[in-house]
Order: sequence, then structure tokens, then C-alpha cells
Amino acid sequence: MSRAPLLSVQNLSLAFGSHTALSGLSFDIVRGETVALVGESGSGKSATALALMRLIEREGGRLTGGRIDLDGDTPVEITALEEREMQQVRGNRISMIFQEPMTALNPVMPLGEQVAEVLRLHQGLDRKAALAVARAAFARVKIPEPERRLVQYPHELSGGLRQRVMIAMALACQPDLLIADEPTTALDVTTQAEILSLIKELQEESGMAVLFITHDMGVVAEIADRVVVLCRGEQVETGPVGQIFAAPQAEYTRNLMAATPMLGAGAPKRPLGADAPLLEVDRLSVRFPVRRAAPGRPALDYHAVNEVSLTLGRGETLGLVGESGCGKSTLARTLLGLETASGGRVRLSGQTLTGLTAQELRPLRGKMQMVFQDPYASLNPRLPVYDLITEPAHIRNPMTRAERRAMAGELLERVGLETAAMDRYPHQFSGGQRQRLCICRALSVKPAIIVADEAVSALDVSVARQITDLIAKLQKEEGVSFLFISHDIAVVERVSHRIAVMWAGQVVETGPTDTVLKNPLHPYTRRLLSAVPHPDPQRRPLQRERAADLKTPKLLLPRATGPERIALREVGEGHFVAIRDTVELMAYQSMTSAAPEAVREAKREDVGSMVF
Amino acid sequence: MLSYTLRTLVRMALTFFVIVTLVFFATRLSGNAIDFLAGEGMTQEDREILIRYYELDRSLWDQYFAFLRAFLDGNFGLSFIERRPVIQIVAERLWPSAQLLLSAIGLTLVVSLPLGMIAAIWRKHWLGSAAMVVAFLGYAVPNFILAVVMVLVFAYWLNWLPVVGNGTPLHFIMPTLAMSGVLIAALTRFTRNAMLDVLGQDFMRTARAKGLPERAVILRHGLRNASITLLSVIGLQIAGLAASGSVVVESIFAWPGIGDLLVSSAIRRDYPVLQFGVITVAIAVILINAAIDLAYAWADPRLRHQLKG
Repeated sequence: MSRAPLLSVQNLSLAFGSHTALSGLSFDIVRGETVALVGESGSGKSATALALMRLIEREGGRLTGGRIDLDGDTPVEITALEEREMQQVRGNRISMIFQEPMTALNPVMPLGEQVAEVLRLHQGLDRKAALAVARAAFARVKIPEPERRLVQYPHELSGGLRQRVMIAMALACQPDLLIADEPTTALDVTTQAEILSLIKELQEESGMAVLFITHDMGVVAEIADRVVVLCRGEQVETGPVGQIFAAPQAEYTRNLMAATPMLGAGAPKRPLGADAPLLEVDRLSVRFPVRRAAPGRPALDYHAVNEVSLTLGRGETLGLVGESGCGKSTLARTLLGLETASGGRVRLSGQTLTGLTAQELRPLRGKMQMVFQDPYASLNPRLPVYDLITEPAHIRNPMTRAERRAMAGELLERVGLETAAMDRYPHQFSGGQRQRLCICRALSVKPAIIVADEAVSALDVSVARQITDLIAKLQKEEGVSFLFISHDIAVVERVSHRIAVMWAGQVVETGPTDTVLKNPLHPYTRRLLSAVPHPDPQRRPLQRERAADLKTPKLLLPRATGPERIALREVGEGHFVAIRDTVELMAYQSMTSAAPEAVREAKREDVGSMVF
Repeated sequence: MLSYTLRTLVRMALTFFVIVTLVFFATRLSGNAIDFLAGEGMTQEDREILIRYYELDRSLWDQYFAFLRAFLDGNFGLSFIERRPVIQIVAERLWPSAQLLLSAIGLTLVVSLPLGMIAAIWRKHWLGSAAMVVAFLGYAVPNFILAVVMVLVFAYWLNWLPVVGNGTPLHFIMPTLAMSGVLIAALTRFTRNAMLDVLGQDFMRTARAKGLPERAVILRHGLRNASITLLSVIGLQIAGLAASGSVVVESIFAWPGIGDLLVSSAIRRDYPVLQFGVITVAIAVILINAAIDLAYAWADPRLRHQLKG
């Protein structure tokens, strides 16, 4: 091990204008190693990645000190390179993949050309040879039908496949170092699990080093060998992954760990009186017309929500989990009357909402309020805070300016903001504070139910923790019911008394949170749970559960037929699963008896016996 | 895709019919042709004979239906003045107009695309500001002023350039400049904005992370994406030029094109020529729009995908 590290960063400092983004960062990466750079937004982790590629100057930043040594046949000091020399390094010796697979690919260039471009540039291949290599690269990252993908465009692929294309592109020239900047943050958990294991596999094959940038401790535990923790541009802690998780030295690291939602940490206790249903959803369906009927072919609809039945009790939180496109947001919007149901019924305190006209619905809208995902986009930037957060109440019941200010002061206090904040504008607040403002706005009309659609997904873990704590506090004090929608099961577990798992427009399993998470019956629930990365490096899965016979049903179907609807049946106290018959139930139960944990143990034994 | 094409065609036909109708009635509003045909001193009797000869005594609706019927037969009439088929008259004017249009568009693209890109890439540099000053100047000067000043300077004072007609390549310089002035200004600004949008996109960072030289990043990845926005602007501008931009410039430089023909036939109340001239321009605009729609689908694979689905 006398070889020099592949990449050696010493005392690196960066600045944007006069603001110091990073100061004195030092770490090494050796070949074949994965180093995770961890931190929350503003920690300087992405700026570091851009600095290693010398792309930081393009984004308005500059290197203010330190050196970056890249070993290889011709060792280079990156901070001293000219732009022309740097172009030889980018995409060739160091490659990078980005967070947003949706926007990181050129939308008007065929995928094959985008990959071939790197090969033509660095390896001097002609177009035909480069496309042949690109095809092989697609096959290597396990993109199905690689031949066809060469001529497809980014919009024709799902997010997971696009990220695979990005990886194929990054690895086309067999770089020594791959920088992955939050490569799975925008993806669903099951897709994330696939991409993570793909990166690991490719790394083992090629022996490249990986610098993995993330905010997610679960992902860190799963993929990293060593960890560098950053906080506000300062290096807080460095060490092997086991040590960081087992005995974090810095206080910041400990706080970060504590804030990270951990699956299996336990759900809150269900309040008394939650059995009285406040919201009853009975076989609700929502369809979107896609194609009109023509002679010889029926009308096509997208069946977004299919006969979903739910109840929500007073003072209760129901967590709605599912991956993107499963219909959870459509369901929420329909409950609020923002979409029209094509079938089924919604009742609020015994009053039927479906079928009401906009006029009739208006007085009832105050009873259900919504908090959206993006706190930056959901507040009007031109209104002062007191105006913003009292607007819903003012619309229903006009108030004087003094009354509104008094109300705003009281609301702000309830969510833990100072009353002086009422004269400021949204841009003067951080993401977490803005989400508090959104909650204020919802509370202003004293709603019985607040629908929180991915309300903490855009926030850093420590801020998300504060918001979920606030939700729990408000619920305890005021008895508000929450419908908490999220793709992050660990967060859902922390706040929900009961959960409902949605898949392809249907609820496939619902019940008390602990019951469903400890004893998941539906194969989809099990797949979802097994994909959640666990923030404990000791528990790295040897192999994830394969989703063998779990095919996602098609939702784009003729209007009249629609997808098969499988009714929920009660299998335990309050625990319902979508099953066709008892045979299927028994099959599911037999699968569960060999719970994921047990499966892993069995595999370890197998390996052991093979040695002997 | 088929139903999309069909719908486009039906829409085109409908637009065309409306234009034909509007043209017919609008020309009738402009006064009596006989007053211009015959000089002074015609007797009332001769006047009536002429009116009968041209069948202008029939009711407006009769004339309209006769016009439509003849139209369907492909008979667009004779010029009141020249007594030649209007098709012939207009056809002679088509190519000179198209030549001027093409050279104006060519100049616009050659000047404003690079200028706009420079303004976007060096937006904080004096170079970018200079490009925008040029663009604003172009906006502020109407084409007839530009044309007249150019005639004054280059033809009258310096005697470098010819003013009348389209005989030699030298004849193209001033009309082309006059026609493209405002367009260059507009397209430079649009190019700048479109490029600024694209420069901030994630895929541009990806392109740089591949190690591509900046020129390839800007041209291959940037301009290609910006061109989608630009196409619609360019399309509107070309259509606008074809429709009206040439009228003023062609008149000033006595360019033997459609614009010049439209003006003279309007002044002389030569209905058949005026009608057919306007209709020809309308057809050109409709065709240009259709071509732009196709170019759009060619430039943007997402749109192609939608049309297929």
C-alpha cells in the first residue's frame, strides 16, 4: 500500500464572491475506494465536486487555496491546470454524474450520440465505432434493449433509466474517479437501491474510485468505505464508515444521525377518539382522458386512482406512501376538490363532498387545507407574511388590517416563529421557515384536516425533523388530523399512526404503522421496505429482495375496463391487504415468514457452507 | 400524426377561404375602379358602358359568387389596366420578391445569431453590452427612415450604390439592409434570451463535465436547444416580412416585387391584380407557417413524440 492515493485534496478552499463556501478541506481517495462526502445544503459538498472538475469557475465560484493531486500515468495538480488541459481530464480521468437525471441530459440529442460524443472526444473513435461502444456501455449498465436506446431521446426514458444513461456516459472512457453528486436523491427508493448496487458492481469490475456526495446517512451507510462530514464549508469529521456510525466524534455528526429518520424506530401512539371517522373515502376513482374514441378504437384513459378506500380519524395521522406516479398526489388533490372524481365518494364529518358544485364546496374548503412540497414555489413572493398567512381566513371572513396582524402574530407563535416576522417577505426565510409559514396559512382557517403532500421532502434532515416535530405538537394541542403523503417511509413512520401503501393507483396494504412495517404482507410493501437504505453499515444487505413476479399493472387502458381492482381484506386487527383470495394470502404469508432478516442470515450460512 | 396533418390542412383551407372573402370585400371598399381607369372628361354614357363591360353593375353578392366560382375554375381574371391574366402579372413579381426576402433573412441570421450569442455569453462584459446597443439601435430606427438615409448617403452623396431596380448584386445591398434592420434587432434580443435560458441548464454542465471544449458546448448543446425557441420567432418574422415588410422597402427602391405591385394596383384600383396579389401573399404566409410547424417537429423530439402518441 505504498502507492500514492489516486486523489489527494489538501487544504482546499473555495469562495463565491466574498462568501467562503469551503475552507481547508483535506482528504484522500485510493483506487477502488468509495468516499462519501456528507452534509446538508450549504455545506459546500457540491461546490467541492465542481472544484475537482474545475467547473466551479463557471458557476461563479473560485478556488482560493489548496491543491488537488490526481495520480495516474501522468500525475497532475488540478488547481494548476489550464482549461485546455483540464478538458483532457474531464470525462476521461474524472467523470461526474448529477442529481437530476431529468435535466442533466440534452433533450434534443439522441442518447447514443450523447454517449458517443465522449468516446469520439477522448478516444478519437469515429462515429460508428463510438456508437458501437456506446451500445456496449448501455448493456453494461443493464439498460434493457440497448440497441433501441441509442436513437431514443431522454424524455422517452424513466428517471432510473436516464440515470443509467448518465452512468454509462460517465464510465464510457473508464475514468479513474467517478464523482456522484446526489445521484439517487431524485429517484424512488426501489430505483435508488438498483442504482446504488449498479455503481457498486461497476466499481468492483473496474476498480475505480468513487466520491459519493449525499445528504442521506442511509445511503452513506450502504455505499461508503470512508466518510467526510462537512458543515458550512468546514470539515467536521473524517473516518471509516463503521467508526463514524458507531462512535461519531463531532457533535454535528451526532445531531445529523439523530435527525436521520430510521425505519423501525417506532410510530407514535394513536390518540384516543381516533376511531370516530372524520374523513371517509369510499372507492374513489380518478381518470384522466388521454385519447378520444375514434371508429375502431375505444377512448383511452389514464386510470390514476382506482377505487381507493380510506378513513382518517379525528386527531389522527394517516401516512400515505408510494413511489412517484402511484397516484398519491392525485388522490390528495381529489380529496380537496382540486380534481374531479370519476367514481366513488368522499365524506367529511358525514357530509358528502363528491358531486358538489364549486359554489357548494367553497364553505367546506376551509375544513381541509394543504401544505405543498416546495416551500419556495408555494408562497407568493410579493405578499408580506401577515397577508400571506391570513389570506385564507380573510377570504372566508373579511377582517380589518389590525385583526389580520393580530391573527398573524398568534399563528406565527404557534409554529415557533417570532411575531416580528410578519412584515417580512418569503425570500427572507429559509426553506424550513417557509414550510412553517405554509403550515400557518393552513392553520389560519382552523382546518379539521391538513393534507401534507411531500411537505418535508425538499428539506434537510435536521430541518425536516423540526417540521415533523411541529406537526406532532400541533396535532397534540389542537387535534388536527393529518394526511401525510411521502415517498420516504422512515419519515412517514415517525409521524403516522396508520399508514396506507399505494401502488399503481390502488391501496395495496393499510393498517397501524407498526403492524404494517413489522409484518408487511403485500409483495409491493415488502419490496418498498427492503429498498429503504438503513443508516447502519453493519446491516448492509447482501442482496436485495428481487421483485420477481411483481409487474406494475398498466394504467393507460380503455375507459370502460380499467385495471383489475383487488379488494382489501382484513387480515389482522385493522390490517388490510389487497388480495384476491385466501390462497394468495397464504402464499404472501409464507413469503413473510422468511422475513428479510432471516433471508440474509440464511444466505450467510450458505456462503459459509460453501467454503467447507 | 395523420389526424394532426389533416387538422392542419383543414385549418389552412379555412384560413384561406376567410382571407379570400376579406380581400374581395376590402378591395370594394376602396372606391370605384372606373374613376381611375378612364381619365377626365369621360361622358356619363361611356362611363356606364364601361361599368357594364366590367360587370360592375351587378350586386356585390353576385360579384362575390362569380368571383368564387371563377376562383374554383382557376380563372383569376385579367388586369383592368394591363388586360393580361393576373397570374402572369403576379408570377413575374414573385421571384424578385422572394430574392429580396431570402437575402434579408440570410443577412438577419448571419448577423443576429452570433451577435445574440455573444451578448449572452459575455453578458457582463463590454462586448455583450455593445451587441445589445447595436440591437437597440436597430429597433429604434424604422425601415423607411433607414432606407431614405441610406439612399441619401450612399446613392446621392457618395454615389456608390444604385437605387432603382434589381439589376445587379449591388442593387441588393440597400433594400436588404433596410428590410433586415428591425429583424436583426429583434432576433438578436431573442437569441440572447434563448441562449441565457439554455446556458443555465443542467445539461450544459453535463456537456462540460464530458470535457468538451467550450465552443462545442455552446454550439452543439446550447444553440441546438435555443433553436427551438428561435424557430418560432424566426417563423413569425419571415411571415411578417412576406406579408407587409416588403411593401415599403420595395416601393422606395422601385423593386419589381409583389409589394411594389400591391401598392401600385391599390392606387390604380386594379381589383383583380390587387386581389390576387394579396391572396398570393396570404398563401405564402400560410405555407411559411406550415413549414415552420414542420421544422419545429424536426427540431424538438419531444414534440415529435407527442404527435406520434
